[in-house]
Amino acid sequence: MKNTTYLPVVAGLALCATSAMAETPVLQVMTYDSFVTEWGPGPAIEAAFEAECACDLQFVGTGDGAALLARLQLEGPRTEADIVLGLDTNLTAAARETDLFAPHGVAADLDLPIAWTDTDFLPFDWGYFAFVGNAGADAPTSLRALADSDTKIVIQDPRSSTPGLGLLMWVKAAYGDEAPALWAGLADNIVTVTPGWSEAYGMFLEGEADAVLSYTTSPAYHLIAEEDDSKVAWAFDEGHYMQVEVAGKVAGTDQPELADQFLAFMVSDGFQSVIPTTNWMYPAVTPAGGLPEGFETLLTPAQSLLLSPEDVAALRDAALDEWRNALSQ
Amino acid sequence: MAQRAVPVTARWPGALAGALVLVLTIGTLGAVAWRAEWGGGLAPADWAAIRFTILQALLSAALSVLLAIPVARALARRRFWGRQLLITLLGAPFILPVIVAVLGLLAIFGRSGILNDGLGWFGIEPISIFGLHGVVLAHVFFNMPLAVRFILQGWLSIPAERFRLAASLNAPVGRLLEWPMLRAVVPSTFLVIFLICLTSFAVALTMGGGPRATTVELAIYQAVRFDFDLGRAALLACIQFVLCVVAAVFAWRVTGTDPIGAGLDRVVQRWDLARPAVDFAAIGLAALFLLLPLAMILLRGLPGFLDMPTTVWAAAMRSIVVAFGSAALCVLMALALALRGGAMVSVIGVMPLAASGLVVGTGAFLLVFPFVRPADVALLVTMLVNATLALPFALRSVAPAVAQIKQDYGRLALSLSMIRWSWVRLVVLPRVRRPLGFAAGLAAALSMGDLGVIALFAGQAEETLPLAMYRLMGAYRMETAASAALLLVTLSFALFWLCDRWGRADADM
Repeated sequence: MKNTTYLPVVAGLALCATSAMAETPVLQVMTYDSFVTEWGPGPAIEAAFEAECACDLQFVGTGDGAALLARLQLEGPRTEADIVLGLDTNLTAAARETDLFAPHGVAADLDLPIAWTDTDFLPFDWGYFAFVGNAGADAPTSLRALADSDTKIVIQDPRSSTPGLGLLMWVKAAYGDEAPALWAGLADNIVTVTPGWSEAYGMFLEGEADAVLSYTTSPAYHLIAEEDDSKVAWAFDEGHYMQVEVAGKVAGTDQPELADQFLAFMVSDGFQSVIPTTNWMYPAVTPAGGLPEGFETLLTPAQSLLLSPEDVAALRDAALDEWRNALSQ
Repeated sequence: MAQRAVPVTARWPGALAGALVLVLTIGTLGAVAWRAEWGGGLAPADWAAIRFTILQALLSAALSVLLAIPVARALARRRFWGRQLLITLLGAPFILPVIVAVLGLLAIFGRSGILNDGLGWFGIEPISIFGLHGVVLAHVFFNMPLAVRFILQGWLSIPAERFRLAASLNAPVGRLLEWPMLRAVVPSTFLVIFLICLTSFAVALTMGGGPRATTVELAIYQAVRFDFDLGRAALLACIQFVLCVVAAVFAWRVTGTDPIGAGLDRVVQRWDLARPAVDFAAIGLAALFLLLPLAMILLRGLPGFLDMPTTVWAAAMRSIVVAFGSAALCVLMALALALRGGAMVSVIGVMPLAASGLVVGTGAFLLVFPFVRPADVALLVTMLVNATLALPFALRSVAPAVAQIKQDYGRLALSLSMIRWSWVRLVVLPRVRRPLGFAAGLAAALSMGDLGVIALFAGQAEETLPLAMYRLMGAYRMETAASAALLLVTLSFALFWLCDRWGRADADM
């Protein structure tokens, strides 16, 4: 009997809480883990967007880009997410197939090295894959030269990590049917294959290999955050494969206007100026203040490689088999 | 009244614990299979993965056990200063998170590790650690401590009187006392380690040097994360279960009769010992192999230790809460199942080992998602899953002790009309305190390091220490991550030590 005394109070509190929440609409953005950490772009972007939207922006972080898509597929149409942010072009074909996305509807002037025509997914940043090594060491000048050298590298597994899949597509885009031969040549250079980027990068920093598959922007982190210029990205003659990171609007969102507002905000300065020194990638739209000091020292590849999402979807399984066979010899 | 000469206890706690294990192993697998669109069967690459998985698990388990036997024997029969501390310290590798252990091992055996530096001094070509031998080395590093612990318990369970008797009769101790004990203890130890290695994924891939070292668990990971082919994931998880059952049946068939009682971890006085050098060499080598990588983790983590952001400390607090929760839960479940006893309990006791971590996480997600926000129950689910995953180790140490108590005191207690709670409280609990403490410590430590379930469920506000460490690495903060790793290892070890210590509080040491 005692408990009933408190019941109206509790119910009243609960009512207040729900009505208070109902006044501030919530926009849920599902993204990858490193985006939402205190070192990632998440906190600054949340503050900037909430200042202009009169809403509550909530990030839900989960694994990496691939895990993000799997999470969305697990949740299916019931998902509470309004925006999915952090897929790359190697994943967008599969993402489109889920029928969970609506057109982004944003017409923005993007600063990408390639033309952007996708009407479902909108880029927020991009970068080039590259092998990152120590300054002063002998650097091969192409994938072929790397395969012929005895330079030791660590790469990520294309079955469990997005950079790993990026390298798979890099080799495929540059060498086509010759890809198996190149992988066979690389086999003796590869110290090991790690499940994700962190393990590989950690092993490189510990001196396990001469270079690691990462991004041309990785040296910028060491330069800007650690004032250390000992890491360099190697320029390769075949060109560098790109990673374009995109966001999409969930078709079943209960906040369509807010989602549109967020996507428009995403390609504005408030979002884009945060990207270079938090996500360590190039912003999709160069902010008014330009790129931070240090970015001008980075490698600019002569040629950008990128396969269309449809090509990636068509080539992936065969490329994976080639990779596995060449490295299993 | 009771059929057996054992006091009656309530049946529901055991049933509840068993049901929870079933839901989290078979139930989650079922949830994944239910959501699956069934397509093709297994690809040739899957068969290669199955072969490699079995091969590396067999080698790792065999080597772990073989190397553990001389170390356990030496620890059982030698007295020296710091012996107890060494036994506890030697257990540490088992509770390390994978990536921490791998970086620790590489600091010793890697290209710029101590070993290759040393070889370089003598002009010897550096050796590469990556390959099947690297996988086995890492698995032995992880699991030999467990084997040492189990086999040491076996040795210490041989009553001192028997050694005395053997000495007075000049009888062969090895054949009459030690061999039957090993026959009883080694197969189940081998089985546990074989099963742990069977579901390994990050160690096998990282140390294996490439796709040759693909395990079934990696294939499951790929099926869930990259292909979103839940049917194939469920199929592969079923194969893991089948392998587990085959291994379990085989292990039970070669297991000898159980030796007598759990050990008191005392050094048994022996009369048949000559050359102490052999024993001390075994202990010294094991300590070098297991403790050097730990020392490297300490060295790497110390510089940035005090500069860690507050979020890491908050995550550490959360991890401690989860660890205590799952330790308590695990111990309760183990006790409930052990009191129940029987073959079914043995089966339930190994099932969590065969479960694929990713399938458990994914299945739990599918079960929970229709009803609540996954982030809201992240810590609760992590507690439940970790308690279940640690259950095999807890049962392995609690069940024999409870069975022994039933045998020794069951009749006496019945004649005193002690049943239910009074039997548990007055007779069982005081006598299983030691294995309970060990089980709680292990469960707490394992749960501290867990990254499987939490990664799928947690949002920002539910971040645990291993997740924080991993996120630091993902943000280029390798040094801070190394400090977080050191904090993680220290806390895991402290929790283990605390619980283990509680277990032996009133023991005569």
